[in-house]
Amino acid sequence: MSDVVKGKSKRLDHAKAAGAFIAKEDHVAFHDKRLWDLRSKRDAQAHGMPEWETLRDLASGIKEHTLSNLADYLDQFITQAESHGVIVHYASTAEEHNEIVYKLMSERGLTTLVKSKSMLTDECKMREYIEPRGITVMETDLGERIQQLDNQDPSHMVVPAVHKLRADVAELFGRTIGTDPKNSDIHYLAESQRMNTRPYFVREKTAGMTGCNFAVAETGTVVVCTNEGNADLSANVPPLHIASIGIEKLIPRISDLGVFIRMLSRSALGSPITQYTSHFRAPRPGSEMHYILVDHGRSERLAMEDFWYSLKCIRCGACMNTCPVYRRSGGLSYGFTYSGPIGAIINPTYDMKRFSSLPFASTLNGSCTNVCPTKVNIHEQIYKWREVIAANHEVPFVKQEVLKMAGRLLASPTLYRGTVASLGGALKRLPNFVLYNPLNIWGRQRDLPETPAETFHEWYKKNRKVAK
Amino acid sequence: MTMTTRETFLAKIRAAQPAARPRPDVPLFDTPPGERLERFRTALAAMGGTVVEGESLDTVRALLAERFGADGKVASAVPGIEGNRALAADMSPALLQDVDAGVVRARFGVAETGSVWFSEDEYIVNSIGYLVQHLVVLLDPAQIVDGLQDVYRRDDFKAARYAVLVTGPSATADIEGVLIRGAQGVRSLTVVLLAA
Repeated sequence: MSDVVKGKSKRLDHAKAAGAFIAKEDHVAFHDKRLWDLRSKRDAQAHGMPEWETLRDLASGIKEHTLSNLADYLDQFITQAESHGVIVHYASTAEEHNEIVYKLMSERGLTTLVKSKSMLTDECKMREYIEPRGITVMETDLGERIQQLDNQDPSHMVVPAVHKLRADVAELFGRTIGTDPKNSDIHYLAESQRMNTRPYFVREKTAGMTGCNFAVAETGTVVVCTNEGNADLSANVPPLHIASIGIEKLIPRISDLGVFIRMLSRSALGSPITQYTSHFRAPRPGSEMHYILVDHGRSERLAMEDFWYSLKCIRCGACMNTCPVYRRSGGLSYGFTYSGPIGAIINPTYDMKRFSSLPFASTLNGSCTNVCPTKVNIHEQIYKWREVIAANHEVPFVKQEVLKMAGRLLASPTLYRGTVASLGGALKRLPNFVLYNPLNIWGRQRDLPETPAETFHEWYKKNRKVAK
Repeated sequence: MTMTTRETFLAKIRAAQPAARPRPDVPLFDTPPGERLERFRTALAAMGGTVVEGESLDTVRALLAERFGADGKVASAVPGIEGNRALAADMSPALLQDVDAGVVRARFGVAETGSVWFSEDEYIVNSIGYLVQHLVVLLDPAQIVDGLQDVYRRDDFKAARYAVLVTGPSATADIEGVLIRGAQGVRSLTVVLLAA
């Protein structure tokens, strides 16, 4: 990520990056089906609650209120936490976050970090920083562990390895944790990971780490939601608990959780709540609790008039599950921790050039906005990003030229009708290499439908007497 | 290593904030129809938990004997259920790693989700909720609240160092969406309905 922040990196080609995934047809088909299933389960939950839309309004309102008063709420959160014996640290950058984690551990002679899933520590590339310095990091969420063992980013916020099939996991575990690579029984794989991971919780010289879903200003509480109970193990067994907290996680009061917890897992997985919703407020007697508040580009985003609304995101992944482009391209093609529609609007705030192709990986159907529990106007921000990227000349040359031609064509009815009339015949005659050339990335995985015998305009002229 | 201070950290955020927006009032929504206990049962079953009717502590003893045998390693935070493994607030939490069953009493349950609530007061040692293989939870049916909106209006969260809503056993569906009970935490969760 530091490369991204420093702008060293080159432009990501989303369509090209998706190519490797799209080539695996059984993976794409399953991915599409599995994520649509999550979307359907989310719908069933939302439709079962008459107050759902009101809750979305409230969640959006609470988040906008909090973000527009963020410094005061953070101040209250810090004061509360410190009054209960929590030590609070401040990280402006990813590097600072990683240095703090390493310092906390090395000063205490701790050599293993057991942790629950955190998009933030992925964003900060924390493992890449502390592992070469002698810290063993154990990701204890099954999906995140799979991705760690495969040296990949999570491809989804909630189900990090959703792009893999059981045989991929069997092969990976066979290669890394010594299971039978031919045994792809999912119970066997999950049990093997449990047996491999649990001893780390009770190791000597071990620290525990969690992320944070909600940080409550009123009480200084960090709320973490998991289905595995791995955050509770990470925080309740080792003598040191470090919680990494993005500043946008703040909410004012405990009672606000009555809005957000009701929506989070319903939006994410279609379950009424995660198996474990855990509230950490003060260290256990004889143990230590440290919060690391992380900015890392968030205050810059907060100052962006059109884009600060993305900070309302509660990381449920509903926008990803509903997105036809994400479901068919896979999360890894977005080139960073955040993928799908939310990634398309967050990632360019870090590096507009590098992630300039992401806002174009969208049909602008608006479904992401409609399912978002905090009403982030995702598709409008995607459109805004296209304008900003075009204004900054970050649209690739070919796309610019094609769009210019299309613009002239669509602006003139005569030119348009003349072109469309001849195009019908042309499409039938043109060999595929003309249509599916490297300039047209949309053609790569698509076939054109049959062209009709006549255009609508021709049909209308023939069948309707137009009063002159 | 340069250290960001609280003051510089907050000042940068304050300078970036958009104009202040009002805080919406959160109303109490209507509760769905039906008995709380019945809704609790339905919700917990959907999350993979089991509900057992309790007559007395003998129900719990019989359940432990039947499922874990006479030699089963049991740690209990419930007075009257002895267990054969020590549980004390000052012990190392890792010592519970080879325990078969933990026995705890929840402070209250939640009809909307089938959740049960614990803090360090109920657990005595927090790791009992996760490090043991199976969890047996006593719940007074009179202590079931309607929904999460009611739960988060309680003061219990403001006093506890650690508080948790537990809903069924540990679970994952991270490989192909296939549901596995017993991911990292307990493999099963049984709620015994028994007045305190």
